[in-house]
Amino acid sequence: MRKLLLLTTVILVGLVFIARLFYLQVYNSSAYNIFEDTAIRKVYKYPKRGYVYDRNGKLLVANQPSYDVMVIPREVSPLDSLDLEEFCGLLKITKEDYQNKLKKARNYSPRLPSPFVPQLSKTDYAVLQEKMRKYEGFYIQKRSLRSYQTNIGANVLGDLGEVNRRIIKRQPYYKLGDLIGKQGIELSYENVLRGVKGIKFIQKDRHNKDIGPYKDGIFDTLPKPGKDITITIDSELQAYGELLMKYKRGGIVAIDPQSGEILAMVTGPSYNPNLLVGRERNKNFSRLFRDTINMPTFDRGLQAQYPPGSPFKVINALIGLQEEVVDIDDKFTCRMGYYYGSRRLTGCHHHRSPVDMNAGIAQSCNAYFVNVYRRIVDKYDDAGKGMNIWADHAKSFGLGNYLNNDLSVGRKGRIPDGNYYDRQYGDNRWGSTYIVSNAIGQGEVEATPIQLANMAAAIGNRGYYYTPHIIKNIEGDTIPSKFKTPKYTTIDKRHFEPVIQGMFDVYNKGTAQSLRIPGIEICGKTGTAENFVKIDSVKTQLTDHSIFVAFAPKDNPKIAIAVFVENGYWGSRFAGRMASLMIEKYIKGHITRTDLEQWILTHSLENEYKKPYSGEPFKINGETTLQVIPEYGINSNSKDINFKN
Amino acid sequence: MLRENHRGFKFDWITIVLFLLLVVFGYLNILSASHVGEITSYFDTSQLYGKHLIFVGLTFVLIVLILSVEAKFYERFASIIYLIAMLALIGLFIFGKDVNGARSWYGIGSMTIQPSEFAKFATALAIAKFISDIETNMKTVKDQLKVTAIIFIPAILILLQNDAGSTIVYLAFFFVFYREGLQQVYLIIALSLIVLAILGLKFGVLITAIIATLLLASVYFLRKKNRGSIFQYIIVLIVCTSFSYGVKLFYEHGLKPHQQNRISLWLRLEKDPAKLERMKKAEAYNLIQSEQAISSGGVTGKGFLQGTRTTGKFVPEQHTDYIFSTVGEEWGFLGTSLVVLTFVLLIIRILYLAEGQKSQFSRVYGYGVASILFVHFTINIGMVMGLIPTVGIPLPFFSYGGSGLWGFTILLFIFVKLDSNKINEW
Repeated sequence: MRKLLLLTTVILVGLVFIARLFYLQVYNSSAYNIFEDTAIRKVYKYPKRGYVYDRNGKLLVANQPSYDVMVIPREVSPLDSLDLEEFCGLLKITKEDYQNKLKKARNYSPRLPSPFVPQLSKTDYAVLQEKMRKYEGFYIQKRSLRSYQTNIGANVLGDLGEVNRRIIKRQPYYKLGDLIGKQGIELSYENVLRGVKGIKFIQKDRHNKDIGPYKDGIFDTLPKPGKDITITIDSELQAYGELLMKYKRGGIVAIDPQSGEILAMVTGPSYNPNLLVGRERNKNFSRLFRDTINMPTFDRGLQAQYPPGSPFKVINALIGLQEEVVDIDDKFTCRMGYYYGSRRLTGCHHHRSPVDMNAGIAQSCNAYFVNVYRRIVDKYDDAGKGMNIWADHAKSFGLGNYLNNDLSVGRKGRIPDGNYYDRQYGDNRWGSTYIVSNAIGQGEVEATPIQLANMAAAIGNRGYYYTPHIIKNIEGDTIPSKFKTPKYTTIDKRHFEPVIQGMFDVYNKGTAQSLRIPGIEICGKTGTAENFVKIDSVKTQLTDHSIFVAFAPKDNPKIAIAVFVENGYWGSRFAGRMASLMIEKYIKGHITRTDLEQWILTHSLENEYKKPYSGEPFKINGETTLQVIPEYGINSNSKDINFKN
Repeated sequence: MLRENHRGFKFDWITIVLFLLLVVFGYLNILSASHVGEITSYFDTSQLYGKHLIFVGLTFVLIVLILSVEAKFYERFASIIYLIAMLALIGLFIFGKDVNGARSWYGIGSMTIQPSEFAKFATALAIAKFISDIETNMKTVKDQLKVTAIIFIPAILILLQNDAGSTIVYLAFFFVFYREGLQQVYLIIALSLIVLAILGLKFGVLITAIIATLLLASVYFLRKKNRGSIFQYIIVLIVCTSFSYGVKLFYEHGLKPHQQNRISLWLRLEKDPAKLERMKKAEAYNLIQSEQAISSGGVTGKGFLQGTRTTGKFVPEQHTDYIFSTVGEEWGFLGTSLVVLTFVLLIIRILYLAEGQKSQFSRVYGYGVASILFVHFTINIGMVMGLIPTVGIPLPFFSYGGSGLWGFTILLFIFVKLDSNKINEW
């Protein structure tokens, strides 16, 4: 027994040690990761972020240096009150801020760097830099911030913001304090623009002093600069669109039909992109983001999904021709609407009757298109089959689904098919008369302005389109081939001419006669969309949305455009004027229809937008009075009755 | 048996191989732990690794010397060697040199010698000599007091030189005494005292007293025969309680603040998080760094000379007391378990050989060697891994330092010599 005491104790201790070592080194140890090794200092060198140019080579976005004060809480030694006061003074923070920020950083990690005061100005940095070594645990990280060379295109250009922890978790490339594209092209071209950070690994000793490169720097990398990009936006056209959109809410999307390049992408109200740079970025962003009335961060050109209204009628005309259920000379009677038996399914406005296709489009006759639409749906005994064929045709114009392009936001829109109504009404318990609203672009059909602009491009091209995109050129790289491959609609080329002629006659003798631009053959289509909101849970109708879709010139079009103005009433009133002006601006470079321009600039819809929030009963559409902006010299309210849809 | 097959080499080669393994591996780790920048020459004596290489070289000279001396010399001169070692320890108070607050070194030119490292084998020899004396009976209180005195003299001298760590090593001889006939009751008392001390510190004297009362009461009622007088139990209870209270008093007033903090951290006595944080910063810095270094090694380690924490000298004293953290970082679990295994095998081998000795002197001495190595191994590695409170003693054959390396080499090789002599007893 006596012999065994030491022997068993030795074996016992050996086992305990092995167990402890197993716990420390195998069970509790993650694979070695140099980024978590506190003995190695990681020094990042940030690359230049790629510049952004417009299609004409004008510089839109450049960089400016910025200096973040970073902190490693574990290494901070307490400052005496004098130093603390000076340090806080230099950083323009209070002592409470100092404690709070330090606490926050420590909560994140005592040993990893956190931004302490981000984005110092150059002058603040210059003063601080000399005193920096007094403050242990703090250092300055140089980064590059955006410098916008323009006040327009905030929704296009987007902005940079600090990465959050969710992003860091998903993409370990980013470290706390790094900037990342949050919206617009900064988001969609983040990987191209940002380049790759360079990193230097430095061996530290226990006093946190650098003692040399880690493994002679074999893991060190140089920063790879971000690539410059050229976007398809014409900054002058964009600026002009934003000017026209002032005092209105809505969106304008203009596309070059021959390439799918987006020429302008306006949303209103917008904001100055410079608001989202620098230390005030977060404050400004949340102010913009929380503005749920104006919604300046909501890109109406891309995200506003509404029934397209009358412009959609041309699609029905094309499908009717393709399905051979209607001939261009077929005439339909309109008795101020479409009657099914004695029931009026849809109304219409006053025009001559009966109408053929050309007049149907030019006069935007509802009855004509209900007839065409019913013939398409009822071509087969099964309305579901007819509806599916109709939906396939419509979708071939890029409607009813994401465009799958390079914009950071978008909506699907909606093109209902047979299944949709089977779900709605029960299998086969519906027929074409249930759904005639689709004939005139109301009902269940919904689209965004960019989809409508693309639709116009496809029509202008007589049957194909290029996916609308915003990238024109990437430095030292090619743009994706999907943007260079035409997408064909399901409509034969020959069916387009009569429809285009109808759209041309919209300008010539139809609903947009007054918007003609001398010297440019424009094809367009007006639209008016009823819309409703809930006020105190009561469904209330507001003034109609004004919609206009066009392309020009008639042959070999250079621009296709969709304009959407919230509560602008009928199509040619706001949207039509703005579309015509945009077309003239793009094709001619200057404006001859200054009367149209003057009208747009002096008329505001802001009173209209206030109505639903006023808490008082209000009138809509024809019974309203337009607000006139006094600073443009016209001082009276003008009752506007000159244009008819 | 092996010895008969290899008549030319009568020394226990297993012990020697294990010893060589430790020394060579130790040198490699010291090289890692002490180099700064490029290694220009392994013999660069301005560097610690260069010096240690010389110590290692001299060790072999020492081994040859020890093995060439006749075995009976060690038994015969044990008392004299002990006496010289004690004188050397006493001499420190006059000629010694202060390093880090401890007066444990003689300075000879640029060299330093630490006599406490040599006092260990001297004490082991003296103990072996005394116990193997025909007139000694370990069961008598008189002789128990005498052996206690033999270990107390160096222990007290070393404690007075402010080297508390090395003092604890002398507790190792308890294993020797127990092997050689010390009554079982001492073992029970020793274990009880350890438990009482820990309970008292962790849960307070009152709870300790309650636990002791319950235990004693159950013993009293379970023992139907010979339960003895109830007063005996009450006296034991009083002794237990006063001991526990005494430990508490000693902890609070007798210990230096840093010693207090180490124990407090180990037993997790401090509840106030702010104070705990401060304590950790002051006292547990080494431990935290060392645990992190060991953890970061993982299964296979970062590779020889590749440890980032070792290179950055994150663990203070990493070439001496904390050398095991370098093993952990650079060689991983494979390296550390190899070291633990080697030590365990070495100690077991010595025990095995000691039990096979015909002379009691050799056996007692062998037991002393195994015990001393065991205590160093347990305290050092246990401390580096955070299992026991921080006590600054070296890892035998591994830690940097000439005195330590030579002290342990002499300790071990006197036994190798004694062992080689066991068939032809004189």
